[in-house]
Amino acid sequence: MSSEVADVDLGEYKYGFHDEENPVIKIERGLNEDVIRQISAHKGEPEWMLDFRLEAYKIFLSKPMPNWGSDLSGIDFANIFYYLKPTELNARSWDDVPETIKNTFERLGIPEAERKFLAGVGAQYESEVIYHSLKKELEDQGILFLDTDQALLQHEDIFREYFGTIIPSADNKFSALNSAVWSGGSFIYVPPGVRIEQPLQAYFRINAENMGQFERTLIIVDEGAYVHYVEGCTAPTYSSDSLHSAVVEILVKKGGRCRYTTIQNWSNNVYNLVTKRAVAEEDATMEWVDGNLGSKVTMKYPAVILNGERAHGEILSIAFAGEGQHQDAGGKITHVAPNTTSVITSKSISKDGGRSSYRGLLRVNKEAEGSKSKVVCDALIIDPDSRTDTYPYINIMADQVDIGHEATVSKLGEEQIYYLMSRGLSEAEASALIVAGFVEPITKELPLEYAVELNRLIQLQMEGSVG
Amino acid sequence: MPDLVIRNLHANITDTDTEILKGIDLEMSKGEIHAIMGPNGSGKSTLSHVLMGHPGYEVTEGEVMFEGVNLLDMAADERSRAGLFLSFQYPFAVPGVTVANFIRMAVNAHRKGGPDGADNPVRIPEFRKQLMEAMEMLEIDKSMASRSLNDGFSGGEKKRFEILQMAMLKPRLAILDETDSGLDIDALRIVSGGINALMGPDMGTLIITHYQRILDYVQPDRIHVLVDGRIVRSGGAELAKELETTGYAEMANKEAVS
Repeated sequence: MSSEVADVDLGEYKYGFHDEENPVIKIERGLNEDVIRQISAHKGEPEWMLDFRLEAYKIFLSKPMPNWGSDLSGIDFANIFYYLKPTELNARSWDDVPETIKNTFERLGIPEAERKFLAGVGAQYESEVIYHSLKKELEDQGILFLDTDQALLQHEDIFREYFGTIIPSADNKFSALNSAVWSGGSFIYVPPGVRIEQPLQAYFRINAENMGQFERTLIIVDEGAYVHYVEGCTAPTYSSDSLHSAVVEILVKKGGRCRYTTIQNWSNNVYNLVTKRAVAEEDATMEWVDGNLGSKVTMKYPAVILNGERAHGEILSIAFAGEGQHQDAGGKITHVAPNTTSVITSKSISKDGGRSSYRGLLRVNKEAEGSKSKVVCDALIIDPDSRTDTYPYINIMADQVDIGHEATVSKLGEEQIYYLMSRGLSEAEASALIVAGFVEPITKELPLEYAVELNRLIQLQMEGSVG
Repeated sequence: MPDLVIRNLHANITDTDTEILKGIDLEMSKGEIHAIMGPNGSGKSTLSHVLMGHPGYEVTEGEVMFEGVNLLDMAADERSRAGLFLSFQYPFAVPGVTVANFIRMAVNAHRKGGPDGADNPVRIPEFRKQLMEAMEMLEIDKSMASRSLNDGFSGGEKKRFEILQMAMLKPRLAILDETDSGLDIDALRIVSGGINALMGPDMGTLIITHYQRILDYVQPDRIHVLVDGRIVRSGGAELAKELETTGYAEMANKEAVS
């Protein structure tokens, strides 16, 4: 048999190109109080936000590096650029975006996707959102979709009411870092009863070497409303590391529903350390669909706090760890109110010495009687050099709850590949098909365009050739 | 020259000295049905997998030519595209991949690299029509096309789906490894009916079985008796009846002394 599959080279990352830099502002490397004051001053934001940032910076300094998950020793905080403004304008039309940056987003397929199936788009390049749009009819219904900096300036009251309430700065070292230097991200408000049928999408692009991107996203889904928000991200391939550390806070009010889909495809020199948490009130539904394909290290555990009776939380996580990658992903659910329900489904694939870990927390508080939860985590190992681990933490304090947990580890079998080859598929096609089938429970939850993209990315990883 | 020529075929379990096939000679042509019968452990399944290119076996001696081409130089996928098909005794499940999508991929793999080098994929309406016809012939419910391949299928269902794949891939040499095992009498009738419908001057069929049950439905032209890695006897259809009364052990012994 040929050994095409074993020879997969992840160097064929398709988004590893970079543009020449032409920044309006680029603050010198490293982090100190003065850098934070400069960021705040450039943004012309209210005094309370500067205070919030400086307070968070102190918390960041006081917290030790987390040592319970991935190896983070390669992060050199002094070598990172914390703020880079690429262009003066946050454009409403692609024609107004500087040519180089516009071309990059064209190559990433964003304007095309916008024309085809999106209700609105935000595009962030380095520290700032450089393009934003929302369909007119959605604007007329009172929906707010803008970058987080603009939201602070234009809708300060609603912003201040929620900002930092779901993920306080002191939550962890990286939420503190984000709170100190945040820039960009999406702010969404969906008024009561309004349902946005097409997704809103944000795309995050890092371009400069040693860049730090710290977007901050805040989504409020009012009573009975619905939104599907999708984010994608890529970066150039460099020999030294970049840092992406976002904070995403979501509140889903009574009877509302929010679905948040991520297809993370950072280049293999990006540390991706993200804190995401949603609160679901009575009868509300929160769904995280979290796809992690790229990055050097990802530590990300989207969380749902089921605060209201009959609230439902769902986390679908897929991780693909190739050579030199550690995907430490999973999810956290806290049942606070009675009769709440949750499902965590995790699928991971490890190959070429890559490592994927499922790390999950399921907590059922004493008051959450009658709650139900199901956790399923399946790992697929492609070759013997690769590794998978499962860290399921379960803490049940209530009586009369229904909790299920299943975990499987399977190896891509020579016999199974032979079976598919006996039907005429090449070895690479056979392996890619088995992997695509393995993640199908997640891809079927994605909008068609993203499912196709995810399958294509997996196929690329399995074939080792640019398709 | 016959379409399939197997000469002095010896095969081991890969990376061991365990020899399973100890010099097999067999010739057959398209349009013919041959049956290989033998007791458990005689090497029947090994022969089918060695012909298909299973990586778990290595050929140590001998040759296998099909339509003048040396199969032993080819990987399993190339043999499939060269016209071979193996109906597995224990087909594998492929969760998350539907029957229809899988078969379409396989059909397209066979259509790739035509005379003009183009991929030339089958048109979907045409494919669906052919698939539905084949499913009807095998009395498979249409809704099964959107189920994951072999995932949660009963033993009998899996066998039917093997024949469905065969019907769609239209091989020139079909090897049926214990296709009758695990089938109840109705399923055996349906599956045999499918095999008979697919037979014709452009296809040869090699049936591997240890019961003569399936041979009541699919009439073989020749029967070969395989014992301990060697063909000890070949003959016409009447050989199956003889085996019924003598048994494999006696026949093997008789051959050994004669």
